[in-house]
Amino acid sequence: MIVEIGHYALVLALATALILSILPVIGARRGDMAMMALATTGTLTIFSLVAFSFGALTWAYAVSDFSVRNVWENSHSLMPLIYKYSGVWGNHEGSMMLWLLILVFFSALVAVFGRNLPDSLKANVLAVQAWITTAFLLFILLTSNPFLRLDPAPAEGQDLNPVLQDFGLAVHPPLLYLGYVGFSVCFSFAVAALIEGRIDAAWARWVRPWTLGAWTFLTAGIAMGSYWAYYELGWGGWWFWDPVENASFMPWLAGTALLHSALVMEKREALKIWTVLLAIMTFSLSMLGTFLVRSGVLTSVHAFATDPTRGIFILCILAIFIGGAFILFAWRAPMLKAGGLFAPISREGALVLNNLILTVATTTVLIGTLYPLILETLTGEKISVGAPFFNMTFGLLMLPLLVAVPFGPLLAWKRGDLLGALQRLYLFAALALLAGLAFYYVQNGGPVMAIFGLALGFWGMFGAIADLWYRGNFSKVGLAVGFRRLAGLPRSVFGTAIAHFGVGVTVLGVFSATLFGTETVVEMKPRATIDAGGYSLTFDGMREAIGPNFTEERGHFTVSRGGVAIADVWSSKRLYTARRMPTTEAGILTFGLSQLYVSLGDPMEGGGIVVRIWWKPFILCIWGGALIMMAGGFVSLSDRRLRVGAPSRKAKPVKATLEAAE
Amino acid sequence: MTRKQKRLAVIAGGMSFIIVAVLLVMFAFSQSVAYFFMPADLAKTEVKPGTRIRLGGLVAEGSVKRGQGSTVSFTVTDGTGNVPVSYTGILPDLFREGQGVVTEGTFDAATRNFVADSVLAKHDENYMPKEVADRLKADGVWNEGKGAASQ
Repeated sequence: MIVEIGHYALVLALATALILSILPVIGARRGDMAMMALATTGTLTIFSLVAFSFGALTWAYAVSDFSVRNVWENSHSLMPLIYKYSGVWGNHEGSMMLWLLILVFFSALVAVFGRNLPDSLKANVLAVQAWITTAFLLFILLTSNPFLRLDPAPAEGQDLNPVLQDFGLAVHPPLLYLGYVGFSVCFSFAVAALIEGRIDAAWARWVRPWTLGAWTFLTAGIAMGSYWAYYELGWGGWWFWDPVENASFMPWLAGTALLHSALVMEKREALKIWTVLLAIMTFSLSMLGTFLVRSGVLTSVHAFATDPTRGIFILCILAIFIGGAFILFAWRAPMLKAGGLFAPISREGALVLNNLILTVATTTVLIGTLYPLILETLTGEKISVGAPFFNMTFGLLMLPLLVAVPFGPLLAWKRGDLLGALQRLYLFAALALLAGLAFYYVQNGGPVMAIFGLALGFWGMFGAIADLWYRGNFSKVGLAVGFRRLAGLPRSVFGTAIAHFGVGVTVLGVFSATLFGTETVVEMKPRATIDAGGYSLTFDGMREAIGPNFTEERGHFTVSRGGVAIADVWSSKRLYTARRMPTTEAGILTFGLSQLYVSLGDPMEGGGIVVRIWWKPFILCIWGGALIMMAGGFVSLSDRRLRVGAPSRKAKPVKATLEAAE
Repeated sequence: MTRKQKRLAVIAGGMSFIIVAVLLVMFAFSQSVAYFFMPADLAKTEVKPGTRIRLGGLVAEGSVKRGQGSTVSFTVTDGTGNVPVSYTGILPDLFREGQGVVTEGTFDAATRNFVADSVLAKHDENYMPKEVADRLKADGVWNEGKGAASQ
């Protein structure tokens, strides 16, 4: 019964979304306050309905109601409870429900926190959100309905795909979707601005927190997904340049560009048209990602069984929204006034460089991802574009940006002084090079060019410190005054520095793990010993074990250094009983920021087993850097200047915002 | 420099970056793209030793042999042709005889064996690499019921 009510709530949500797609827009055109006010109540209604519907599906999973087809296909009564909950979005239908839930969640946030937005803008933004909601509600109800029943009800479910029975599934998709779908708000703001034909610095100020929020979650989501793939797949890799990974990476790159261009627009009223275009492109890439992942058109290591017929539907949604937005853009953008002028060497100039490099890099990823698909459709030829392509194009193109990052914050708005920035930075550059050399010396081995890669990582870290150092003017005023100065700076300055520092940390991790990591594949018999990364691993033998819904063969290894046993690690091969599906559970040992990664292969005749051992020096920096970037995002988000209606403007909030909107 | 010259310099800088990007993409495509073949195709088209390709098909029943250390050899078949493959490393969990597989690597000049450096698998027990499934369906070798039976 609850399941049917959930289903019905979804239908009601669709009806509400349809009304909401039209009336507020008319209201905004006519200046009808009542019709515009409908947007807020309607959005909150949709959110409640979808949340209820999602709750109903979750309930069906929690009680293992196998008469619901979706539950039967993806759950099992013996599955641990946490996986029953996370299993809700561990399949196509459920993950679309999560997508929808997060979409309406963001609409509701705009409805609640957008009190200070001009009424017409808010009405239009919520209406555009309602268009997207309508499209995805239709998609769920017509092609991917999770509420369909089975009659007669089976006694036992088919179990969740074992790879997904992991804590990663509980965290990764919600975070990723919070990012991906969060960009819908930027898209809606852009489209609403185009409908109104008016855009200004205030618009950028309203859009920035949403961009920042979405970007922060997407950063966390991608990092989490990467770490999950790393430890769960047992292949020792953390990024495969797989279409599904690229699908989330492209909106991140475009979103990063948007974050920076919105800054120029907010501060200097320049790059208006470009920012609007970027906002549209970012969410378009999010939707393209959804299409790539959900339609099954691409071969991917991460894809689950998919139904190609659904692809057509998402493709139509894509075509309507992206095509429509671009047509609207082409029609309306010329009406937007161009903004302020600036010299090429200036903060704006640096941010334009950031945008140029990021968009070009995004485009190469897009080409690499879609080219095989397009070629196959046109000529029937099948090719695969792998990591070498992306490393050669994306990797090389990003290098100048990484070199440029520390310069940006040191340049002044309007007209900057490159020579001055160079003078301030050369000491930090020398330090970075020195640190790179020291790192290279300690790691002992690897190509000499590695020094520059490592130095680049340190350069990003030291550059961020240099930014704060000069803002506090520590060299002139001393520590005490310097820190007092820093304390007086807006939070977003720290957000920037922290995020840029994080970029450096990630770069360092990438170079270190790729250039100094070792991989050993060897057949080991019990009590055999092998060296990796300065540690010796002794294989102690295999043992059988039984889990709640799987059986496993566990290999035990003792790790020692200098003859002294310091740790032990298990690595196992599991067989999930319901699906008869084997998985590899890698054994991972962490030493500081480095990891030893042990993965089991096939047993050999005579009691041996193939073992694959990786030494991954400083690999944790890759995800650690992403976490630091995320922290920077949150610090920046807490900047009171970003909160429209901050206390300082409370005196006459309505008038103030109206003025700002003029 | 006048303002006009400055603007021109900026635009030229931007354009040259884009041109570099385009050239890089084209170069990378010519270098690192692997074409997909099935054993039957190899009878028709010659693939030079050392050219990276993707070879897909079914793992022939009874062909998997474990050699020295972690080297494994097996035969990839599509019903028409057979190609012997050797691979050093750990096979994916879902690698089985009679199942679909996609391997990537090059032909050895001396032995004419296919030396794979990666063997692709997916997160699904009914997994059939898409390229392989498409072709097997077209050739009538693929049996729709096979995938469904294990459900």
